Amino acid sequence: MGIPTGGSPRRAKGAYFLWVAVFCLLILGTVGSLYYATQKVDYVWRWYRVPQYFFYHESVAIRSELDGEVKTVATDGDQTRITVEGEGKSLGYQVPSKGLRVARGDRIYPGDVLGSFERWRVGILLQGLWVTLKVSLLAIIFGILLGLFAGLARISSNPALKWSAITYIELIRGSPLLVQIFIWYFVLGTVINTLLARQGIQQLPPLWFGVAALAFFAGAYVAEIVRSGIQSIHRGQMEAARSLGMSYPQAMVQVILPQALRRILPPLAGQFISLVKDSSLLGIIAIRELTKATREVVTTSLQPFELWFVCALLYLILTFGLSMFVQYLERRTAAA
Amino acid sequence: MIEVRNVSKIFYTPEPIQALNDVSCKIEPGEVVVIIGPSGSGKSTLLRCLNRLEYADAGHILIEGIEVLDPKTNINKVRTEVGMVFQSFNLFPHKTVVQNVMLAQRVVRKRSKEAARDKAMSLLDKVGIKEKANVYPDQLSGGQQQRVAIARALAMDPKVMLFDEPTSALDPEMIGEVLDVMKTLAREGMTMAVVTHEMGFAREVADRVIFMDHGAIVEVGPPEHFFTNPTHERTKLFLSQIL
Repeated sequence: MGIPTGGSPRRAKGAYFLWVAVFCLLILGTVGSLYYATQKVDYVWRWYRVPQYFFYHESVAIRSELDGEVKTVATDGDQTRITVEGEGKSLGYQVPSKGLRVARGDRIYPGDVLGSFERWRVGILLQGLWVTLKVSLLAIIFGILLGLFAGLARISSNPALKWSAITYIELIRGSPLLVQIFIWYFVLGTVINTLLARQGIQQLPPLWFGVAALAFFAGAYVAEIVRSGIQSIHRGQMEAARSLGMSYPQAMVQVILPQALRRILPPLAGQFISLVKDSSLLGIIAIRELTKATREVVTTSLQPFELWFVCALLYLILTFGLSMFVQYLERRTAAA
Repeated sequence: MIEVRNVSKIFYTPEPIQALNDVSCKIEPGEVVVIIGPSGSGKSTLLRCLNRLEYADAGHILIEGIEVLDPKTNINKVRTEVGMVFQSFNLFPHKTVVQNVMLAQRVVRKRSKEAARDKAMSLLDKVGIKEKANVYPDQLSGGQQQRVAIARALAMDPKVMLFDEPTSALDPEMIGEVLDVMKTLAREGMTMAVVTHEMGFAREVADRVIFMDHGAIVEVGPPEHFFTNPTHERTKLFLSQIL
């Protein structure tokens, strides 16, 4: 376990707890001094304003569309049915009994509130979190497929496959992700959507260009991970499989890849954690993921300190969850 | 059964090394041929050329009349007829013992799961390791792993078995159990080509012994003649060094 420490003697229990205490003091000191500094610049912390961006209570009013009179009010348990007659028409409305605002015979003008109710809505931060999760998962799935294919092509003896893979990997790894996102959205996106429009087909939303940018970006790194994983398997494995009469693809699928996959799980996990964090760049192409959602909330709430900490924490939850999941996979494949 | 005619092979490492130099030999059906020689003499390369794990540069290799060196030959089909056992076992570590023996039967021979399992279990019984059928290879000793590897090769019903130094990676006390399995095979009439340093095995089991040096066959003969009365100086020197 860990790197050998050169045979240091067993530390006394007291010394251990002393250093644990030092660690706790460091954390508390950092948090405390940050808080003290914010007080000095007159920042008012309003944590109570944060939860509404996760869930909020919305009150909905049901309004009449007619100029007329309430003809019937029939209460049936929680729900009440109202009929409004006027202008030669009759319209029915369903209103929760608790929020009923009218009685039989009332004179009604268009826009009058007949009843109201309250409901919980999902706030913008949770919506952003969901978009981040969705984009990341899609990009991971496509990234694995692309990376697997490119990694296999990279070690192929066919020059067309091999050089295509090298070109793809070097191009992607050699340019900034931000630039790639711009190219996907403003260049390829424009071309593709214009072509689609000419054919009378529906436009692709920005989300798909974001997913494509992330998937192609991650795929290049996954390809190199896959290549090194395959090459780390002893060549005797391939020879044994081939000597039994298996074809190259059969040997790859049955013998090499299952062993390689087990070895590449840790670097893959690191790559996908990066991908979740990189998805924060997608805000610039009008995808309202977690970071963009936070920016929008900051501009309306003017509570940047709380919200950016919350944003970071939400990313941490996603990445930590992912790393736990991969550790679980590692344990499971190690047991097999 | 196997006919090798004027086969040459050069390795570029990157300096060219003549691994095989105009080698010709024959292995008849039911025959056990043991190939010996100092390290680097090309005996493993010759064996690996037979099922095209190495591609010979020149010459002809015929297995049951099929030219192995013809690029149009379906090499996978040839390999199902030619079992191979490696020095380092090369069992599949992600599969249990019985799955190791079943895999190629399922994938290549397209046998049903039940048929493959029955075949695997009877072969594991034959090599004396039936009780370990459901453990993973890394829990076995070297000798046990090599016996599983032999069972795995036999599962394809090969017409000939190639052994590439099957006991060289084993602890001394485990060599016997592997050689016993090979002796049983030989008695049953399996055609075998064996690269080995086990002179006792060669003397007891071989029909013919081939001595190689510097990529060429120096001397061929039945073991009684070969070990007691070798013709060539090089053979005498080699035998005096190892016996």
